[in-house]
Amino acid sequence: MLRTDSVSMRFGGLTAVADLNIAIEKNEIIGLIGPNGAGKTTAFNMITGVYTPTEGKVFFKSHDVTGMKAHRITHKGIARTFQNIRLFKDMNVLENVLVACHLRMDVGVFASTLHLPGYLKKERESKDFAMSLLESVGLADEAAESAISLPYGKQRRLEIVRALATKPELLLLDEPAAGMNPQESLELMDFIVRIRDQYDLTILLIEHHMQVVMGVCKRMYVLDYGVTIAHGTPDEIQKDPKVIEAYLGVE
Amino acid sequence: MNKKNTIRAVVALTVGVAIIAIGDAFLGPFAVRILNLSAIYIILALSLNLLNGFTGLFSLGHAGFMAVGAYVSALLTMTPAQKSMNFFLTPIVPWLDTVQLPFIVALIIAGLCAAFVGLLIGAPALRLRDDYLAIATLGFAEIIRVLITNAQSLTNGAQGLKAIPKYSTTWVVWGAAAIAALFLVMLLRSSYGRTIKAVRDDEIAAEAMGVNVFRVKVTSFVISSFWAGIGGALLGHMITTIDPKMFNLILTFNILLIVVLGGNGSITGSVLGAIIVTVLMEALRFLDMPMNLVFIKTQGLPGLRMVIFSILLMIVVLYRQRGLMGTKEFSWDMLSAKALLAALKPKKRGERARKGGR
Repeated sequence: MLRTDSVSMRFGGLTAVADLNIAIEKNEIIGLIGPNGAGKTTAFNMITGVYTPTEGKVFFKSHDVTGMKAHRITHKGIARTFQNIRLFKDMNVLENVLVACHLRMDVGVFASTLHLPGYLKKERESKDFAMSLLESVGLADEAAESAISLPYGKQRRLEIVRALATKPELLLLDEPAAGMNPQESLELMDFIVRIRDQYDLTILLIEHHMQVVMGVCKRMYVLDYGVTIAHGTPDEIQKDPKVIEAYLGVE
Repeated sequence: MNKKNTIRAVVALTVGVAIIAIGDAFLGPFAVRILNLSAIYIILALSLNLLNGFTGLFSLGHAGFMAVGAYVSALLTMTPAQKSMNFFLTPIVPWLDTVQLPFIVALIIAGLCAAFVGLLIGAPALRLRDDYLAIATLGFAEIIRVLITNAQSLTNGAQGLKAIPKYSTTWVVWGAAAIAALFLVMLLRSSYGRTIKAVRDDEIAAEAMGVNVFRVKVTSFVISSFWAGIGGALLGHMITTIDPKMFNLILTFNILLIVVLGGNGSITGSVLGAIIVTVLMEALRFLDMPMNLVFIKTQGLPGLRMVIFSILLMIVVLYRQRGLMGTKEFSWDMLSAKALLAALKPKKRGERARKGGR
């Protein structure tokens, strides 16, 4: 599904990510972990087109997507959420999701301004789809509320729903459990598995919450200072001396 | 919209049309001119608000696009006789000499020309952000002005154009303003309009949701330029003389003032702001005249009107940081007693900081 071929990202003299090789199969849930500043979000930004890798290539469904613009990549079927929540703050919950629906609507500026019949039909379909998404995550009652007035946990869920509205095949979640209490994190784990099954997704997630990562991910990659120091199943990772060193330090 | 509000809207519309009709029929020429100027400023404020308020682009190039619209429409509607009267220094270019189009056609071509110039300027300038974009658009507007000043055989240069046909009647300008407002409301309520607002709220998130941010910005810029061109053309056909000096930064600033005063990101705010500013600019004119305040007699202080105007503006900005309407639109619920009380009550500190800090 997704393969990165020795991608590296350098900012001047700083190598944020070096020689990253990730391979993800369809319907897997893969974790990307590492201490702060390890380059996890940079890796996300390279995959989603925010940054163009200085070296290496990114392949999505065996198509080269290296250096493609971010919105083109979303078109191709990769959607993401953000570490620091980025909702559209002057819009309500439903509108936030509808913005993401726009790319599958394929309507131009004049068709939508003039409210042509073709546009109205697509708009109705989008609204139904957005509402069904909101319903499936329990946000339907808040559809008309301002997005940023939602409690934190719901904002996170809304971000995921918004990403789902682009109808992705690969979903990248950047610290979905950040700031959540243990109970909420457990719910989130269930939620991630559920949307994977329901929408036939492949998921790559960055997470600090070990409980979450170990619980839902089949395999994971560990980054430290931009270098991949380990790769394997949760059990293997927990025993890996390099990972223990990176997280706990050694005498 | 429920039935009660539909009735209210129809009544309000009827009253609005009636006021314009009565104004047009019974007011003196000077008052009618202010009435019509309001409508033109509504068009200009709406088009700038699309950029500043809805797309989040800080542009200062509006006067340039107005100039393009005004010149194109004027040159396309003047009779050959009027043209030869104007171009006495250097004759007009031959291909424009005999062209004379109906007003509506010329007006639309004027808008399209301004939109085309908007595309030419927008494509490179919109790669910039924030203040840099403002400086760049300001620069481009000046370039347009300098080009017009120097293209003697095309625009009559610094002499400007006189005796432009006076097509901007009350019904024309108010009709155009109504179409502009309707167009923007429909655009912003549509799916495309949501992507425009998404770009304003968070470019990175919008791009990640599959919105072609650059394309949306250019589209918005071109639409805004189109309406600026229409507004400029109508202005030319109202005052019947135009010259390059008219379309300087001060004009852009006046429109920006209306947008900020009315509320960045509010269509009804821009409409209200345009009317209030245009009327006040004239209503406060008595301040420039000699005054007799019982104890103090003044000889007339030219410019005092602008001082008072600035103070009024400061008061609005201090107490309602996001303009009269904020990003909200007018709704009938706003006029309920409860809503009026809430508007008068000072906002909580945190709330104000959050809202002010965007």
